[in-house]
Parts: sequence; C-alpha cells; structure tokens
Amino acid sequence: MAYVETRNLQKYFGDVRAVDGVDLAVAEGELIVLLGPSGCGKTTLMRMIAGLEQPTAGEIYIAGERVDEDIPPRARGIAMVFQSYALYPHKTAYDNIAFPLEALRRARSFIRDAVQKAAGMFGIGHLLGRRPRQLSGGERQRVALARAVVRSPRVFLFDEPLSNLDAKLRAVARFELKQFQRQLGTTTIYVTHDQVEAMGLGDRIAVMDRGKVRQVGSPQEVYENPADTFVATFLGSPPMNLVEWSGDTILGFRPENFLPKAVFATDDGVVSFRLRVREVEHLGASRLVYGMLEERVRTDQPVIADLPVTIRTPIAEGEVYDFAVARRALRHFDARTGLGQYDGAT
Amino acid sequence: MAVFRHRTLADREDLLGRLMLAPAMAYVLLLVGAPLVLALLLSFSAATAGSLSFSWVGLRNFATIVSDPQFHSALSNTVLFTVVSQALVVILATAGAFVLDAAFVGRRLVRFLILLPWAAPVSLAAMAWTWIFDSTFSVINWTLKVAGVLHGWFYWFGDPTLAKIAIIAVHVWRTFPFATVIVLAGRASIPRDISEAAVIDGAGFWRKLFQVEMPLLLPIVTVAVLFGVVFTSTDLGIVYLLTRGGPYNSTHVLASLAFQRGILGADLGQGAAIALFLLPVLIVVAAAMLRLARRTEVGT
Repeated sequence: MAYVETRNLQKYFGDVRAVDGVDLAVAEGELIVLLGPSGCGKTTLMRMIAGLEQPTAGEIYIAGERVDEDIPPRARGIAMVFQSYALYPHKTAYDNIAFPLEALRRARSFIRDAVQKAAGMFGIGHLLGRRPRQLSGGERQRVALARAVVRSPRVFLFDEPLSNLDAKLRAVARFELKQFQRQLGTTTIYVTHDQVEAMGLGDRIAVMDRGKVRQVGSPQEVYENPADTFVATFLGSPPMNLVEWSGDTILGFRPENFLPKAVFATDDGVVSFRLRVREVEHLGASRLVYGMLEERVRTDQPVIADLPVTIRTPIAEGEVYDFAVARRALRHFDARTGLGQYDGAT
Repeated sequence: MAVFRHRTLADREDLLGRLMLAPAMAYVLLLVGAPLVLALLLSFSAATAGSLSFSWVGLRNFATIVSDPQFHSALSNTVLFTVVSQALVVILATAGAFVLDAAFVGRRLVRFLILLPWAAPVSLAAMAWTWIFDSTFSVINWTLKVAGVLHGWFYWFGDPTLAKIAIIAVHVWRTFPFATVIVLAGRASIPRDISEAAVIDGAGFWRKLFQVEMPLLLPIVTVAVLFGVVFTSTDLGIVYLLTRGGPYNSTHVLASLAFQRGILGADLGQGAAIALFLLPVLIVVAAAMLRLARRTEVGT
C-alpha cells in the first residue's frame, strides 16, 4: 500500500492542463523526486498534495486516508519547505521553528525541547535568537528544514529547497538533506528541475512533462532505460544522442558510450559509425566532440561524444573518425510515438 | 538620430532634481509654510479680523484658551473623535482588505464603490449625512422604526452623545476607503509563500492573521493610521457641516472652535492659538509613527 498516492489527478487552469491525469504511488519512507522542466506541472502536483490547490478531478490519499475533498492542509500531517524558505521575517529563528508546534497548542516546555532538538539536528542552535534577514542563505535553509522537521510530519514536501543556494553550498546541502531524510525515514516528495539533484537525492524519480508523468523509476533506470525520447533527452548532460535508424525506429545512445572505435577491444557487440568532427571542447575531466554521422544511417545527423580524459586518442576538427557504441548501450525508440522499445516489445 | 554630444539638462541629475522639486517646494512654502508662520505670529498677538496690527501679547492667548472650558471640551472631542474613529478604521480596513482580496464575482465593482467616499466632495457627502441624521427624516430612524427595533426617536444632532456618534461615523466612513486601499496594497506585498507556509504549519485563520499577516502589515497600517490621525484631528469640514459644534457647543473640535473664535468671532489671535495647539502633538505623533514604521521595515 502506497503511503502517498494520487489517482488520475488533474488540475486545469482554464484551458491549460497543468496536471493531466497523474497516478503516483509513493512508498512509506521513500524519497521521490518530481523532475521536469518548468511548467511541467510538478509544483502544481505537489501543491495539490499539500492542499494549497484544489484538484480539478482525481483523488489524493495520505496514509490510506482520502485527503483531497475536505481535509485542510493543516490536518494532512505534512510539512513543506519552499524555494524561498518562506520564513516569517518578523520572528526569530526560534519562533519560526516553534510556530507549527504553537499551532498545535503544545506545552511551552515541550516546544522548547523540540525546537532545541530540531535546531541541533541542523547545527543552528547558536542562531535561534536571530531573525531571517540576519541569517545567510544556507542558515535560512536550515531554519526552514528545522521548522519542517519539528512537528514530526507524516510527509515532507520540498519545493526546490536548494535552488537559492550557491553551487558549492548546494552539493553539501544535498548530501545533508539525504542524510537526514534517511535518518528520519519520513516519506518525502521533492520537486526540482535540476537533474543532478534528482539523480543524487531520489530513491526514485518521476519525470514529468506537460502535466503527465513520463516515467517513474530509480535514477539508474530512468537514465539507462528512458521510457521515451523526452526522458532520454531531458536526463543527461549532454543529452542522449537520437538518430534516425530506419523508417520507424530512432536509435539512442549516451555521449559517454560513444567512443573512438580503437577503444573497443573487439568488433563483437559493437556498432560503428563514421563521424565527421566539427568541434572539440576541452572541459578538463572530459572532451566533448561535436560531429555529424557520415554513413550507416541518414547522414548529417548531429551527435555528441563525451570522452573521459583517460582516452587520449588525438581528435582534430574537420577530420573523419571511426566511432562506435556497444550494442547493449543502444536504445531503440518508436519514431512516431517516441516510446522506448525494450525486451522485444516492438 | 542626432546624438547630443554635450551634457543636456537630462544628464544633469543634480540640477534636474532641484528643478523638478521646485514646484512642490513652492507649493509647500507658499500654501503651508507661510500660513503656518502667519498663524504663529498671530497666536502671539492681539490681532482681530478688523485690524491686523501686530500688538505683541506674549502667551496671553494661550493662557486664555487653556483656562477656557470650551477649549477643554474641544480638545477632548478632537482626541475622542480621532482615537475612536481611527481604531474603528483600522479594524474595518483590515477586514475590508481581506474581503476585497478574496476572489468573488463583482469584486471590481465593490472595490470601486468602497473607494467612492474618498473621492466624494465632503460638502456633498455632508449633505447626504445631514439627511441620514435629520431630526425628522433620518433614514436610520425610519429604517429602525419600520424594522420594529426603535420605539423612541433619535435626535441625532440634538443630543450631545448621539451627535458625537454621528460625527465619528462620518469620519470612519470617510477614512475607511483610503485605509482599506493602503492595507490592500500592503497585503498584496506579503509573499504568498509566507501565508501558505502558515497554512501548512497548521495556523488557523486567527493565528495566521495575528501572528503572521498583521505583524507584516504593521508598517503599512501605521502609515494609514498616521494619515488618518492627521486628517481626522485637523478636520473642520465634518463637524462644521454636520453640527456646527452644537448642540450647546458640545461637539466642537479644535479646528471648528478655532474657526468660530478666529473668523466668526474675529479674534484672530485666539483662533490661531487654538489651531496651533495640536501642532506639537501632531509632530510628535508623526515622528513616532514614522520611526515605528521604519523600525518594523528594517526589522531590528
């Protein structure tokens, strides 16, 4: 039994189908990431689960209880961390964290202990007397997390909580977030448009596009076996190469699997291509090779190869080289529907 | 297109700034500054409407009014009308802003109607109000009568208490739209995330209102109250048009008393002294409120 579940959930804003029939099942204790480009409906989906938006149609269940009809946000047992953190600017960090407990009318001593514990968890015990504007971005984010944790909610909802942090801090914060989520074991729904964050954090990722969930799976699954061409190109940087293969099939392969033929020990299980190189970018740890396929498939299709620095084959712009992909790294998609073809499902 | 190779007036911000401020400065100096200085001078003189000769009498005018029971009643009325009407305005304006913020059919029309009293000329409005409070035709009385609630009769301007209530009601009616619009603007400036966070954190309507929204609205409500206090405490029109200070001079405020003594009674010196009496108080109120607003804004 899923802990948080949506059934055919829909939200229309006028003619815009922000969320268009989403069936999502989140297991207890799981951290699921809703990933997609902006406007894909991920935030609206989360807001409906929170109770901040009323669904146009469909059902939402939390811990087996139907909540979408008349359970207000405060009774859903959820805590949310907003992208802006949404701290109360006129309250100290202590009062911010204490607020959910005060709303529950807990005893003063209980609140004091709980706030201290939550603050200790995020190492902000010494900042409790300060107001939000006296805190750095990272500190505010911790206060927001402590406020979410303090009343032991059934579900955490995170709406891009790391996107206002600078890049260096974000990596650390991501690690810490995962640590504490594991530690608490609280079911978590995490919204982001950042695939690195999604891959790093999620037990599972739900990739969304235009109001629909395109694929749900572990980070590895959605990366290696994308359900369709959207998922294939949305995940991965640079994205998966898609080339026309035959009339009704599109061939996909990841840039990091597209390497000079000389790298492969044998010809067995390898599909090779002629690549005319247009440009080479040196990125330090790797080289990005931009080029056009010359034969085997329709010519002049742009592809990218991502060569790790360990491959030292010299490559010059304007020249033609033999490149290859291991057959097991090739993915096939239906040219009309864009859907992936797996296990002879063609 | 021609390029101006030399600095034009538009490039000279220092000069341009002064130039653009000049009309406002002239307005303030001529129409506010000069009369204020004149009033100050008059309040220390025995000038009358008949002769503008400045015979210095020192603080005599102030001494006279301070020992005048009529002045005491005008002063306490001014304070009473201001405090009660502004307290009501703050409550009503906050409630009004919440109502107008909610989405409902006809919201634009209601917003327009609410703003109307602010735009209506005070004399026109006062005529409507004199009818509403008329001793014979009062619509309030007739409505209550027909509804079977009222058994006697309210002589609105014949009874000091009723007259005061009437004046306060008109003050509230007049300041309410402006304050509502200010609070509405203030509400719109509260980030939606913060209100939503309060909802998710489990706050009910009142907790959200008093612990989250009101504190964030405080600076802007303060500004609304500041304006309301200044407008109400210095207002001459409403008292003068409704009751002329009656019955038995019981509803005079400082402004109407100053007008009666200084213009109608021709004692310019005493009129000026009465009119100036509130100035230091208003300056202190204004300074205190602006400080409070600033403190809340900066959040220290």
